[in-house]
Amino acid sequence: MQQPSEQTAREPRRHHLAVLGAGVMGASIATLAAGHGVPVTLIDVDDAKLAAAESRIAGEIRLAQLMGALPDDVVEATVTPGGRLADAAGATAVVEAVTEDADIKAKVLSEVSALVEPGTVLVSNTSSIPIDELASAACRPADVVGTHFMNPPYLIRTVEVIRGARTGERAMASIRSLLDALRRQPVVVRDAPGFVTSRVLHPMINDAARVVQEGTATVEDVDALMEGCLGHPTGPLRTADLIGIDNLVDSLRVLHERTGDPGCLPCDLLLEKARAGDTGRKSGRGFYVYQGETS
Amino acid sequence: MTVSPQSTIQQELVDFLHSRTKKVWEEDTDLFASGGLSSLFAMEIVVHLEKTYDVSVRGKDLRLDNFRTVTSMATLVRRLQGAGDAGE
Repeated sequence: MQQPSEQTAREPRRHHLAVLGAGVMGASIATLAAGHGVPVTLIDVDDAKLAAAESRIAGEIRLAQLMGALPDDVVEATVTPGGRLADAAGATAVVEAVTEDADIKAKVLSEVSALVEPGTVLVSNTSSIPIDELASAACRPADVVGTHFMNPPYLIRTVEVIRGARTGERAMASIRSLLDALRRQPVVVRDAPGFVTSRVLHPMINDAARVVQEGTATVEDVDALMEGCLGHPTGPLRTADLIGIDNLVDSLRVLHERTGDPGCLPCDLLLEKARAGDTGRKSGRGFYVYQGETS
Repeated sequence: MTVSPQSTIQQELVDFLHSRTKKVWEEDTDLFASGGLSSLFAMEIVVHLEKTYDVSVRGKDLRLDNFRTVTSMATLVRRLQGAGDAGE
């Protein structure tokens, strides 16, 4: 017999993750968990979305394997689709990844908190809404914690974790244990609109779009400068396409409403693209065109 | 299964990459080195190879090193098509 592997100590199968919302982030969080041996129930009221997520996850698991991002010694877990919030009942942790809208997120957290065992950690994967604001909707605010997974979460190891004013020790221990099973590296920050990453990145992307809008430079040249001179890994506008321009507009509005920073008011070019449905990689067109590429 | 000649696969791959990226790639250039192609595009190449050459890339073969260059991809395709050690 071999020595117990590191993974045995992690015991991924003692976790069971319920993911709420089968959009881009919900599906790829499910990929991350299943690929690390953590069973997932993926819940969405929209059957078509669930069906699309199934094939999306299969493709993402392969992409993660291709990139060497999944452990070799772990058997992949299954992702079970569910059509009702009640399907989250047996989970050891719930991650909500529904639309970036405070009212929708609060409603989902409120309902799910009444269905799970008290003490089950409720994780909001928001990119900018303050966690304490969302925690008020839950039956037990102490169970609510924030994570901000970057897209794609199965390729990016660092995860921003947001501890709200009322987040309890037990919820912090649960999220740490889950992220350890998923081999992610948490960085815990205090609660605020946009936390760290969105508060810094989203106004910067807004400015990058504004520079294009004002005719100072092309999309390609803005990204080339930010990559070549400043070491940004993908360029702000290519990053906007990855985030989803609609999500970015939502996030900037959240930031603007809560900070009053005029730099957070989404610029016309972003608004135009969101209105036209040119939301980025997921729609095949944003600042760039993604002809036939796997989204 | 019929094994395609290495040179044919390589030429087809060079053409495919050119049509998709609008750039010319040498057969031994690392496609994913700095300034090269994205991981998402790598996955697209995998799917393209599977469809075009009727092969299935699984398990340990599904790793980026097999797809770094046109030559390494053609070698992988031929192996999956069942090419013997004797070559063509």
